[in-house]
Amino acid sequence: MTDEKSFVEIRHAQKAFGSLEVLKDISLSVAQGQIVGIIGSSGSGKSTLLRAINDLDPLTGGEVWLDGVQVNQKLPHRQYEKHINQMRQQVGMVFQHFNLFPHMTARENVKMAPMMLKGLSQEEANALAEEQLDHVGLLERIDYYPSQLSGGQKQRVAIARALAMKPKLMLFDEATSALDPELVEEVNQVMRKLAEQHMTMIIVTHEMDFAASVCDRVLFMDQGVVVEEGPPAILFTNPTQPRTREFLRKHLEGAK
Amino acid sequence: MGLDFSVVPKYLDIILLGCAYTVGITVAAAVLSFFGGIVFAVIALYAPWIIRQPFRLVAWMFMGTPLLLQLFLIYFGLVQVGIDLPAVVAGIIGLGLHFAVYNSELIQTAILSVDKGQMEAARTLGLSRGEALRKVVIPQAVRDVIPPISNNMIALLKDSALVSVIGVSELTLSAQRVIGKTYRPFEFYLLAAAFYYVINLGMEWVQRKIERRISMSR
Ligand SMILES: Nc1ncnc2c1ncn2[C@@H]1O[C@H](COP(=O)(O)OP(=O)(O)O)[C@@H](O)[C@H]1O
Ligand SMILES: [Mg+2]
Repeated sequence: MTDEKSFVEIRHAQKAFGSLEVLKDISLSVAQGQIVGIIGSSGSGKSTLLRAINDLDPLTGGEVWLDGVQVNQKLPHRQYEKHINQMRQQVGMVFQHFNLFPHMTARENVKMAPMMLKGLSQEEANALAEEQLDHVGLLERIDYYPSQLSGGQKQRVAIARALAMKPKLMLFDEATSALDPELVEEVNQVMRKLAEQHMTMIIVTHEMDFAASVCDRVLFMDQGVVVEEGPPAILFTNPTQPRTREFLRKHLEGAK
Repeated sequence: MGLDFSVVPKYLDIILLGCAYTVGITVAAAVLSFFGGIVFAVIALYAPWIIRQPFRLVAWMFMGTPLLLQLFLIYFGLVQVGIDLPAVVAGIIGLGLHFAVYNSELIQTAILSVDKGQMEAARTLGLSRGEALRKVVIPQAVRDVIPPISNNMIALLKDSALVSVIGVSELTLSAQRVIGKTYRPFEFYLLAAAFYYVINLGMEWVQRKIERRISMSR
């Protein structure tokens, strides 16, 4: 059994792009079923941190652990590729710009990876795609191409695609930032549903209200460090750090 | 003496046979150049240095020398090392590889311009780079280059006349042979031109069908 306290554990994460230090010694641990929000201004390193968790942007220092296994462990190249593909199957990721495969229908988007990687038959994969697309309320659009879907629908398909791999952890990188305001709520609803099902999630977002309502804990990042973290009720209403206050104040003004 | 097409029917079977050769060679070489183009593109972009460098030399040879020379080399040259190909096969290979190199250039550019998020999304699901290329990146890249590749295929059709130099009786050589018997160059060259035009139309029709099929999925 794994330690409840550290389902996801990031230890002293450091990341530099050349001479630009983007993550400066970040540590974070997330318990199973916990939902952690990450807020912060653009360029503060939120995406980089999220992408380090499944090694899309490999760390230059520090460790990432998932369910007792080190994600970024040192292995010979070939072995590492196998290992990381294995790890990534357990981590779902949702991107700001959906990144749906445009040459595949919603159904094909969802079933491709399970078929390739888990050896599902056509029937099993179709049943899975139907189940997952139903879960995000898009069963009737199952044979549509992404170009025939709205932004909110695309993002829901992207979530279904990630969930089809039965991940242990879901990462959301500004999942609603590219959406027209009226389409945000349908995606948020899907994420709320996941929260109710106790999916472990790390959510980078600019939507403070949403973060406040679903997250157990919120981190405020600035210039590559976690400035402050805590339960949303405290972080949003009574932040201790001046930088957090400043950010929230600006954000409130911007939202008006 | 003016134009007189009354001699045509007598020799039509020879011309039609030539036409069949031209179509067959063009289709086979086109298919080879398409899949070869994909393979070459992947090698050029992703193969280790030790494979990539010699490959670049070969690619340069196919782009930088006359197709005629390449056909001679494949048909007459390879015999010397014990590879004795039928002329039709040598012609298909020569044309196919020649245009594979051109297609590869197009496909390489297209692969590089597929949004990076596509590869990332596929890798995030757990696909290896090779799997992601095969299922996600390359299919999209290929879609993007259907029009320019189609242009290459029209050029391939025209260049297929070159395989006559290694003795394949395709459309142009058939016309020439008939002219040798009838001394009617104008009629039979015009007839050959008409057939090339028809084959062209056929290829454009195929291109349009393909484009319509993929128009939704981009
Ligand atoms: N691939 C990269 N190469 C160089 N710099 C990068 C790269 N990715 C991100 N950065 C830089 O890292 C910093 C943090 O980026 P990011 O993690 O995307 O911030 P956020 O998601 O909080 O807006 C920015 O200054 C950005 O320009
Ligand atoms: Mg970001």
